[in-house]
Amino acid sequence: MFLTVIESLNEGFLKTLELFALTLLGALPLGLLLSFCTMSKFRPVKYLMKFIVWVVRGTPLMLQLIVIYYCPGMLLGNNWWGGGTAGRFIATVVAFVINYSCYFSEIYRGGIEGVPRGQYEAGQVLGMTKTQIFFRVTLLQLIKRIVPPMGNEIITLVKDTSLARVISVYEIIWSGQAFIKSSGLVWPLFFTGVYYLVFNGLLTLVFGGVEKKLSFFRV
Amino acid sequence: MSVLEVKHIGKSFDNTEVLKDINFSLGKGETLAIIGSSGSGKTTLLRCLNFLETPDQGQIIVNNEVLFDAQNAAATTEREVREKRLHFGLVFQSFNLFPQYTALENVKLACELLAKNRPDYKERRREILSEIRDEAASLLSQVGLSEKMDLYPHQLSGGQQQRVAIARALALSPDILCFDEPTSALDPELTGEVLRVIRGLAEKNTMVIVTHEMQFAREVADTVVFMDSGVVVEAGDPEEVFGNPKQERTKQFLERYSN
Repeated sequence: MFLTVIESLNEGFLKTLELFALTLLGALPLGLLLSFCTMSKFRPVKYLMKFIVWVVRGTPLMLQLIVIYYCPGMLLGNNWWGGGTAGRFIATVVAFVINYSCYFSEIYRGGIEGVPRGQYEAGQVLGMTKTQIFFRVTLLQLIKRIVPPMGNEIITLVKDTSLARVISVYEIIWSGQAFIKSSGLVWPLFFTGVYYLVFNGLLTLVFGGVEKKLSFFRV
Repeated sequence: MSVLEVKHIGKSFDNTEVLKDINFSLGKGETLAIIGSSGSGKTTLLRCLNFLETPDQGQIIVNNEVLFDAQNAAATTEREVREKRLHFGLVFQSFNLFPQYTALENVKLACELLAKNRPDYKERRREILSEIRDEAASLLSQVGLSEKMDLYPHQLSGGQQQRVAIARALALSPDILCFDEPTSALDPELTGEVLRVIRGLAEKNTMVIVTHEMQFAREVADTVVFMDSGVVVEAGDPEEVFGNPKQERTKQFLERYSN
């Protein structure tokens, strides 16, 4: 029985990892783009972006999942996410990417605005181009500034993937819970915590390593 | 012949006039010291020279070439501004060293990036880079930091950081080297080493120094300019301006400083 449970949990966890990885893949670059929009000098873009960030950060991710999955179907009459498991998973990834890119955009913004003006000016008076200043001067300082808050947010993401079960994505919590109904076993659900713990432990080590790697200079 | 001519420079922020009709010229190898209380427009003037601010009026002429003319400033491309900037070097009050680079890398960086535009860069890459390295190392030893080349800014004292910043500004061999209150952010016991370095440079280089160190300005400058509320109140030989100020405002300012 134990092996059956583990096998099933592994399968669920694979789905969890998939959602985690795809969210990062989409939200890390999209977040940077959104942060540029938030800092845009063109007012309409800036305020539209601030409005979107307000809505996304101001409502629960669980609700966003439900809205994003069901609303197209309710409005258009047909579910354009496509039916079944695959469709639900796509909708989930989209909701997660939107949600997390808004959080990431604020972290990027903090990092970018945190680099002192003097750094840009020093680059300018030395005749550097804007691109050179970004890549050779500010980028690494920015990364150093955002690693701790990013680490925090990414660890939260690992746990937030469990919300996907609200629209029946078969991630690890779902797999664990299934044993209650099918076999009257409670421990598989509790045991899923070990997976989260171990994985987040690894992530903590990775972020610690990155921070250490960047500790040769101070900002 | 003058290296730098500043003609009728004016600048406003919103509705406040920070600079009004500033004029001066500077000969080769001369040192100009700008003194005045905070908010008198000294730093803005220096920033205008380095294209960090755009004057609303006037001209900046270097070696008889009009680098800036407020009349057609809008037509200047970013690329042109970048090239023109290289006539000037600027040492900041707060050093602004790049924290992720060692002292040596700070000095080398801009030269290395500029060298990429050289037509012979591809063939002579190694040679060029080693020349730049040697040049940077010699500049650092010139400011007394040959032992500290491989340290990062946070490992250096304020005075040492400012000396690295001076070497960095010298690396591009600007026609005019500008200092914006180079010792104001330093502990008093560290100002001496920085002033010594600047004094050493004053013999050969053309320099504009904004400073609150009156004694230093008096010793090092060929011309002193006293600014107040955006205008040049008095300019001339340092002995004259400090020893025998003509304007009432200059007298008051200097009295406050000697007390």
